[in-house]
Amino acid sequence: MQALDDLCILDLTHHIAGPYATRLLADLGADVIKVEPPGGDIARQLPPFKGGVPHAERSGLFFYLNCNKRSVVLDLKQPAGKAALEAIAKRAHAVVENFAPGTLDRLGVGVEFFRRINPALPVISISNFGQTGPYRDYRLSELTLYGFAGEMYSMGLTEREPVKMAGTAALFESGAAASVAIMAALWASKRFGIGQHVDVSLAETHFGGVDRRHATAIAYQFSGRKTIRAAGGGAGMPQGIYPCADGYVEFTNAALRPDRVDDMLGHPEWNQDPRFNDPVQRLDPAVIEEWNVYFLTWCLERTKREIWAEARRAKVLCGPLFSMEDLFEDRHFRDRGFWARAEHPELGEVEFPGRPFIMGKGGWQLRRVAPLLGQHTEEVLREAGLDDDTMRQVLAAGGAQ
Amino acid sequence: MTHKPLEGVRVVDLCVVWAGPFATMLLGDLGAEVIKPENPFVFQPMTRGAMARPPQLLLERSIAWSGGLPRNEVGPRPWNYNPTFVSLYRNKKSFTVDLRRPEGKDILRRLVAISDVVYENNAVGTLEKLGITESWLRDANPRIILVRVPAYGLTGPYHDARALGVHLEAVMGHTLLRGYEDADPSANTAIYSGDYMAGAQGALAVMAALWYRERTGEGQTIEIAQAENAAAMFTHAIMDYSLNGNVQGAIGNRDVHGRAPCGVYPARSPGDATTMDDRWIAIHIEDDAQWQRFVEAMGSPAWALDPRYATNEGRAEHYREIDARIAEWTRERDDYELMHELQALGIAAAPVLEASRMFDDPHLRARDFFKTQTVRDAGTHEYVGPLWKFEQTPVEFYQPPVCFGEHNTYVYRELLKVSDEEYSALQAAGHIAEEYDPSVP
Repeated sequence: MQALDDLCILDLTHHIAGPYATRLLADLGADVIKVEPPGGDIARQLPPFKGGVPHAERSGLFFYLNCNKRSVVLDLKQPAGKAALEAIAKRAHAVVENFAPGTLDRLGVGVEFFRRINPALPVISISNFGQTGPYRDYRLSELTLYGFAGEMYSMGLTEREPVKMAGTAALFESGAAASVAIMAALWASKRFGIGQHVDVSLAETHFGGVDRRHATAIAYQFSGRKTIRAAGGGAGMPQGIYPCADGYVEFTNAALRPDRVDDMLGHPEWNQDPRFNDPVQRLDPAVIEEWNVYFLTWCLERTKREIWAEARRAKVLCGPLFSMEDLFEDRHFRDRGFWARAEHPELGEVEFPGRPFIMGKGGWQLRRVAPLLGQHTEEVLREAGLDDDTMRQVLAAGGAQ
Repeated sequence: MTHKPLEGVRVVDLCVVWAGPFATMLLGDLGAEVIKPENPFVFQPMTRGAMARPPQLLLERSIAWSGGLPRNEVGPRPWNYNPTFVSLYRNKKSFTVDLRRPEGKDILRRLVAISDVVYENNAVGTLEKLGITESWLRDANPRIILVRVPAYGLTGPYHDARALGVHLEAVMGHTLLRGYEDADPSANTAIYSGDYMAGAQGALAVMAALWYRERTGEGQTIEIAQAENAAAMFTHAIMDYSLNGNVQGAIGNRDVHGRAPCGVYPARSPGDATTMDDRWIAIHIEDDAQWQRFVEAMGSPAWALDPRYATNEGRAEHYREIDARIAEWTRERDDYELMHELQALGIAAAPVLEASRMFDDPHLRARDFFKTQTVRDAGTHEYVGPLWKFEQTPVEFYQPPVCFGEHNTYVYRELLKVSDEEYSALQAAGHIAEEYDPSVP
């Protein structure tokens, strides 16, 4: 038994944030029925592709985002597509969509359509800037999302342009936030019979997020101070990224526990030296210089793993900068069972990150790999009791492989 | 009062840094009663600030989001108004108790007995040292849902590593994957996106475990190894290595999907970066048609009509030249005006907002995004709003960022029904306080 295996989610999302949100529910057992247009989710066209050649069934991104889901192809512009959608909605406990605001209404399958089918059915709409307001129809991408609503302004060097995160990290964060909204709406529906429209603005999930954006806003309200764009290194007690024998290591807030840093460096006696243990004296530029010479040399004589081992022993906040190669080889994650493996008809045997977290009971399972386009159209619509005639029309409109 | 999805759910918050408090704040936003036990004799760094009583100089040298206290003064109770703390402690209750002493631990046991969830993200071993183990918690309440958020997991060689989001993201590859493509990785600023991921998914995990408990009657333990949880954000790099053996590196502001141009360009600025008055516009052209409209918006300059730039392939190959040209065009233009102009053409563009400017944004105002809250000793200010808008179960900020020990009376007297005599004894022993003990630096 999985925690959410009594739930059916009608998933009208595409690209990254929406599908990530619904994948998290599918991982815990929810029957997520992914409705794709005849051409398929746009994420099928996004890299990385197996072999580097674009192919709708060979995107590693699509694969990761859509494991544990079933794919149904519907053309919502046609009556048969709408009838099929209605049949699925009758069995669903929540609808999740991320079309541009107003799109589903124009197709005649907006919130009111679902409300007529089941008044207790929550509809979660994920959009760029929300369902209302002057930017409602504005476009958004990973870059502009993080730039506008995340803490990008203070990322990078003072003399250069602000710089974003890797990949589409911001969209994944938004997806995680949206999954919470879906689950909350499910609880409200289950406990109180409330079917409601939930408006998730990608921008607002970042304005209100934990990674400094909110705190910088409060700091400004409190003090008038703003957060400068700067990297962290070179300020005495380790803070920032340092080169070492085979790469880089990152330290943070070592100044909070100078005793531990001294221990890590093999000089516990320095903790008695006021130049290093007094929070004000150690800000003296001459002291910082003296410190840096010793510390940088210490780093350069050691590998990133050696430094991290010493830091772990001494309980110092530190992390080595791993490449993908380092990560895939690492014994810790291998031995913990972090990596999942599965066979996919187009990708062959795939290795990828498995459970997002470990639940003692009812947690993540890999029940199926990401679906081929329309792989489950007939199966799902038969379960939903669609009549043969409508079924034929749906399949003719692109619902079959 | 409208219904809240999680009303009636009680969460004991034994969290310290970011990922933990973010999760419990989201649960509080959804209506759970989140109660934070705090110790008047122990200051947990990075929960209510770096130090209980930071020297003024340290405050001034600290980055704004941790050192920007009201009026730039340490003030009487700095632990109540550290900006990072304040950003994570709305909709929570606080009471004080010294968990190192048996009578204090007994108070926790009694609270756990009437709660649904215990949530913690301490360094592995910290709670065990206090005797707060899984079995101790389960003895107190067999149906409890225990969430633990270790950096690298409860097991394995790295289980005892001290880490913040920035370190575990470095291990998962983020630090080598982000930043300027032409600079050393040490130009990267610290980042905490992993705390966002684990925090949000922690809230999800709690609600899923509650769902499971509703169906089976059984509680459970959840382990969120933050490093493992952060991996999803790096899907592109992980899957590229997995499928093709490619080791991706930093690409600056370019699009990971290769659609060009995608960059951050200078805009007309009232000042420079040293006073945080520099302005930038982020622009992402996602297809050839958008590029054509963009060229027209720029007045169809000769350079942009180069046929090599008509296709994405050509633009991606010549992105440096194109970026330099776009920067010339944007440099004397207002960032907001550029956004509106380009968005009218269906192009993703937005200012790279310095945080204080969000309060002037007309869209956020139109959506009534900001909420006013009053914090003791800090005054009344506007705060950013919740992450989602629920039509019928709206997120309300019913409890402002909580002061140390603010709910001592509620927790001890109303919830735990502690007698007058016991209350006085606990108070005399220093468990019940609204300030840190003077011995705490």
